[in-house]
Amino acid sequence: MNILSLFVLVPLLMLLGLWIARNLNQVRGVMVAGSSILLVLAAYLTVSYIGLRNGGATEEMLFTDSITWYAPLHIAYSVGVDGISVVMLLLSAIIVFTGTFASWKLKPLTKEYFMWFTLLSTGVFGFFISTDLFTMFMFYEVALIPMYLLIGVWGSGRKEYSAMKLTLMLMGGSAFLLIGILGIYYGAGAETMNILEIVKHQIPTEIQRIFFPLVFLGFGVLGALFPFHTWSPDGHASAPTAVSMLHAGVLMKLGGYGCFRVAMYLMPTGTAIWGDFFLILTTISVVYGAFSAVVQTDLKYINAYSSVSHCGLVLFALLMATRVSATGAILQMLSHGLMTALFFALIGMIYGRTHTRDIRQLSGLMKIMPFLAVGYVIAGLANLGLPGLSGFIAEMTVFVGSFEHTDIFHRTCTIIATTSIVITAVYILRVVGKILYGTCKNPEHLKLTDATWDERLAVICLIVAVAGLGLAPYWVSNVISNSVEPIISQLIH
Amino acid sequence: MDISTIFSTMQAEISLAIILIVILLADLILKQPNHKALQGLACGLLVVQIALNIIPVSGEAFGGMYQTSPMASIMKTVLALGTLLVFMQADSWINREDTRHKAGEFYVLTLSTLLGMYYMISAGSFLLFYVGLELASIPIACLVAFDKYRRQSAEAGTKFILNAMFSSALMLYGLSLIYGTCGTMYFNDLPELLTGTPLQIMAMVLFFAGLGFKLSLVPFHMWTPDTYQGAPTSVTAYLSVISKGAAAFALMSILVKVFASMTDNWSMLLSVVIVVTITIANIFAILQHDLKRFMAYSSISQAGYIMLAVLGADAQGMTSLVYYVIVYIVANLAVFGVITTIEQHNGGRVDREAYNGLYKTNPRLSFIMTLALFSLGGIPPFAGFFSKFFVFAAAFHAGHLLVVFLALVNTIISLYYYLLIVKAMYITPNDNPLPTFRSSNMTRASLVICLAGVILLGVISNVYQLLFDNALF
Repeated sequence: MNILSLFVLVPLLMLLGLWIARNLNQVRGVMVAGSSILLVLAAYLTVSYIGLRNGGATEEMLFTDSITWYAPLHIAYSVGVDGISVVMLLLSAIIVFTGTFASWKLKPLTKEYFMWFTLLSTGVFGFFISTDLFTMFMFYEVALIPMYLLIGVWGSGRKEYSAMKLTLMLMGGSAFLLIGILGIYYGAGAETMNILEIVKHQIPTEIQRIFFPLVFLGFGVLGALFPFHTWSPDGHASAPTAVSMLHAGVLMKLGGYGCFRVAMYLMPTGTAIWGDFFLILTTISVVYGAFSAVVQTDLKYINAYSSVSHCGLVLFALLMATRVSATGAILQMLSHGLMTALFFALIGMIYGRTHTRDIRQLSGLMKIMPFLAVGYVIAGLANLGLPGLSGFIAEMTVFVGSFEHTDIFHRTCTIIATTSIVITAVYILRVVGKILYGTCKNPEHLKLTDATWDERLAVICLIVAVAGLGLAPYWVSNVISNSVEPIISQLIH
Repeated sequence: MDISTIFSTMQAEISLAIILIVILLADLILKQPNHKALQGLACGLLVVQIALNIIPVSGEAFGGMYQTSPMASIMKTVLALGTLLVFMQADSWINREDTRHKAGEFYVLTLSTLLGMYYMISAGSFLLFYVGLELASIPIACLVAFDKYRRQSAEAGTKFILNAMFSSALMLYGLSLIYGTCGTMYFNDLPELLTGTPLQIMAMVLFFAGLGFKLSLVPFHMWTPDTYQGAPTSVTAYLSVISKGAAAFALMSILVKVFASMTDNWSMLLSVVIVVTITIANIFAILQHDLKRFMAYSSISQAGYIMLAVLGADAQGMTSLVYYVIVYIVANLAVFGVITTIEQHNGGRVDREAYNGLYKTNPRLSFIMTLALFSLGGIPPFAGFFSKFFVFAAAFHAGHLLVVFLALVNTIISLYYYLLIVKAMYITPNDNPLPTFRSSNMTRASLVICLAGVILLGVISNVYQLLFDNALF
């Protein structure tokens, strides 16, 4: 059996296990066992992928396999990974693992919560391993719908409104996507839905002109493309901790990945026609998201807008379409996934103790809960791009790559987007200063305790990953860069 | 023609007619109270009938008056299966004190409409088609008015019969125009004679309007919400899936086979009707609080999606249509099964507020309802996602890009109102929700079958493949 299919099979077995589980300990046991297996599997996959590449494997995708599913429509369950998907799988596995611990004490209906959580991760893993348009789209939607119940039932604040808004906007995006997929399939005239086969066919320019924006928008909605980002702050603010982590950390990456792998890869002419238009939108995302974060007072809203800004940077770098900038985009996905997950985990833990996320009511937490506070500072520094942590590597690569363009339009966009670094520093340092330092004004908060073992485990895992990416970026960027090559060469022709 | 050939070609109809007579006689002979035995008999005989006709047959009888194809045979089996599920779900309603003495009538009337639908599907001439249509309509009016002491039910029956007669009249007028211009009613001869003259286009439109009533396409949908609300829930379930599925199949085969020369005309007509149907039904569905009225609008919009497959007008379209109908039957019957059960334990309440907080007390029923609604809304990995994708693909393939796009936008609206029910069950708090109860074994069995269908039909591609292999015109 193909190793990639295990990424879908293990979550499905977890679902079965959760369904059978009779008490809380069994539920936790299934989750810990399952997510550890996934983490080990992802690590093993990464190592063997690098091994195969070093051994001289030159195919675009490795570990490929294909089983015919709906023969009349040439739909197959086809899987395969390149460097981009490998690192995305690793990221997803880390977030699912830490997310399990971050929701260790969640109540009520713990079993149901983990069932929907696992279904969501099935969708995410399935999406990253698929190379068939239909299968990919199916997993994409599988990952979206559990969000409705996860936010609606276990969320906080205006959860019903946020859950409905998020679901409808993302499903709206996937409606665009569906018609785009049909357009690609019938437009290419290929007897297959496999991306690797379709790319060998020339899709007529007229078809690309119509369907590129549909597909790009469809994925772009999930990537928080301005002006379709409005689901993101509300959704993140209302979601329970682990769902925010998984959603900002992994699910939003589905958008960028899809834009790159489906929209740009299969429709290079469409990219050339529409690229500048979307580049303007993404530039707005980057700067607008950062500015919005400055004026928020709710910790989750700050991070949600910060995510809009950083995910905007991913799409921005992809549209710049140089080898360096695209590598930077993937690095940014990784880096943002890890540090946002860290942020949301910490916010969830702080909120669990103080029962408020309003920065005006928090102060002096450094003395009360030093572990969480230090974690928060590290996440913040990673976010504003301190060298040695992941954010620096990613943003540096993005901007260097973008600056390779010599024309005035791309230069201007790059310079505008670069300003976001400064704005990021403003909102991060402001929050860190306000809530962590100074004296604690609320006497109730003095009684609070620091992180418990499950929380420490989740936070430490994420910090190690963030620092690891920042200190030794070479092996990751090398893997990514080689896999970006075929897609970028497609675009330049 | 040899009598044995007739028997083998028409075995589905003949076996069904025999069952019908057996139940009618059993109802006469058996001593009161006999409702439990009758239900067992009806379900058992129907299972036998399905088993006998599981192998598709094709052929003609009576000089082309009756035609059947493998696809038609499969469709009949599907309809019989759906009817079986309805019988199983009717359990808690029909065996109630006030209706049990006429349980026999319920089975006989339902099976006779099913027989009518068989003839509609296998008609080789407009004459037989019309007879089948009437046989499929008139007994339904009795079924709708089955709870005759409930005013709503009686009113719904009246509305249904008036509308059915009106649509029959329209259709008859259209058929008379066809006979007037072509001089024949046989499907074998008509395609060459129908050349698309204005009079024939008018005939086609009238024919379409007649079936439009049956399918409750906008603007012929006015009777649907009232009838669905007033009729006993099991009858509503039957109306919404079986009757609709049969009409959709018949419409597609006749439009594609007989009116082939007018494809451009009816495609245009159908495109407009689809977009209007889906949009209007979705907008009205949002406003409903009565779940049966809500399901009426939902079924109108689903009919619009089924019609997308007709636009495909080829083997792929036909496959998608039958596949969609199958998936729609299991998903919709799951929803109606839950509604019937809740209604029986809740003093007849079918409003959405009655479902608030249902998950806490009846998690299994809520779970089934949720999955069925997800399937209706087109969420993977449930079967509805696949069936929607296939009808979209069929219509897209035939070049109806704009229709597909508008229908897709509408799926978002439909998802919204399906989620409203999910929200009521899972999220909305309720201080005194419906107490936990155990539904009857028959209902449970039917719900499990529906649930299995909702989960497995999409993931396992064999059903679609089987349909595709038989989908030759």
